[in-house]
Amino acid sequence: MPNLKDLKNRIASVKSTRKITKAMQMVAAAKLRRAQEAAEQSRPYTERFLAVMAGLSSAAEGSDSAPKLLSGTGSDQVHMLVVMTSERGLCGGFNTNIVKLAKSHATKLQGQGKTVKILTVGKKGRDQLKRDFGDLLVGHVDMSDVKRMSYGDAQGVAKNVLGRFDDGEFDVATIFFGKFQNVVTQIPTAQQIIPFAVPEGYEASETLYDYEPDEEAILADLLPRAVATAIFAALLENAASEQGARMSAMDNATRNAGDMIDQLTIEYNRSRQAVITNELIEIISGAEAL
Amino acid sequence: MQFDLVSPERELASMEAAAVQIPGADGDMTVMADHAPTITTLRPGLLRVEASGSTHEYVVTGGFAEINAQGVSVLAERAVARGDMTQDEMDAMCDEAQDVYNRAKQAAANEPGPVDDAVKLMADMVAVGSEIGLNTKQPSL
Repeated sequence: MPNLKDLKNRIASVKSTRKITKAMQMVAAAKLRRAQEAAEQSRPYTERFLAVMAGLSSAAEGSDSAPKLLSGTGSDQVHMLVVMTSERGLCGGFNTNIVKLAKSHATKLQGQGKTVKILTVGKKGRDQLKRDFGDLLVGHVDMSDVKRMSYGDAQGVAKNVLGRFDDGEFDVATIFFGKFQNVVTQIPTAQQIIPFAVPEGYEASETLYDYEPDEEAILADLLPRAVATAIFAALLENAASEQGARMSAMDNATRNAGDMIDQLTIEYNRSRQAVITNELIEIISGAEAL
Repeated sequence: MQFDLVSPERELASMEAAAVQIPGADGDMTVMADHAPTITTLRPGLLRVEASGSTHEYVVTGGFAEINAQGVSVLAERAVARGDMTQDEMDAMCDEAQDVYNRAKQAAANEPGPVDDAVKLMADMVAVGSEIGLNTKQPSL
């Protein structure tokens, strides 16, 4: 049986752990609210943008002169996986789930004889991918200085991706991120961004528009922005998911610490009682012996 | 006529407007009620909105405007109310234009198209700067 002092120390240390996880949970809750607001506010832009893109791209799809970002390079040999994860840990299975999806995707593509390249956004994903796919990592975007995700950050990532596309480094790009469902559920999601595909649910509107300059010029102007918009939306989802995952992970940790404290306290009380009983027995048997 | 101005980060304005002057890529256009449905890309410039007696001005870059029967929506990658425009923001925009130019020059040394576009972009920046009274860096060509 552990002695009383050890038990006391354990209880004290678990108590301070609980304080830390509790504080982290509350910080995550506050950050989550902000991240959700940011995601909410970006929605009108994304929705209108996609609605216009739906009209433009359906018109251009068949033509030979369609930009490469829309029609593809004509091959799908080289795949670029953009894996977006968080910069910090202690957020449950959030990063692991995204990486797991990306890994299975990469393995599947390799099985089909395709070349896979991986670009990581966020430190945690890179750390996890380094072991198995270290030789496939072609780049990394550091987000550790970013306090609040801005469109500029997404543009940075988009520039990186588009630059590589222009240099002919890959044919198809897919982003991996955690879609925010609610605080306990984040769905790891893969979304193809190059060649650009309008997500389901966006129909070309029936209005006939005049285009200024012509449709093709507008499309060529908007496609790179569509990539940036998709990345921005994913980054915002990711930020919200990360905080949600951290919040529930820390909530669990706090609860576990509480259970542990209860158990340790019972054990402490029992051993204290045992010590007292022991002493009494000694005193009584000593008195009887006289 | 409904007027909306949205940037990727938030919705900046949503109001009833009498007339909206848009800095289109092919030239300015003023939109009033019952304008023909049009989609135009934006050049860096001033967006002027006349609504119930007051005029609002925004500096916008990159994006497009959609005009339909309901009204005008302007989607700009960067949009700042004229009064909130700071020198830092102006500098950032100029740097961005310079960056586009540098890349265009590198990528398309033999075709004049993209480089000319980038030069125009920078000229537009300088024009915006002088219009709202902020210094712009001299573009290096």
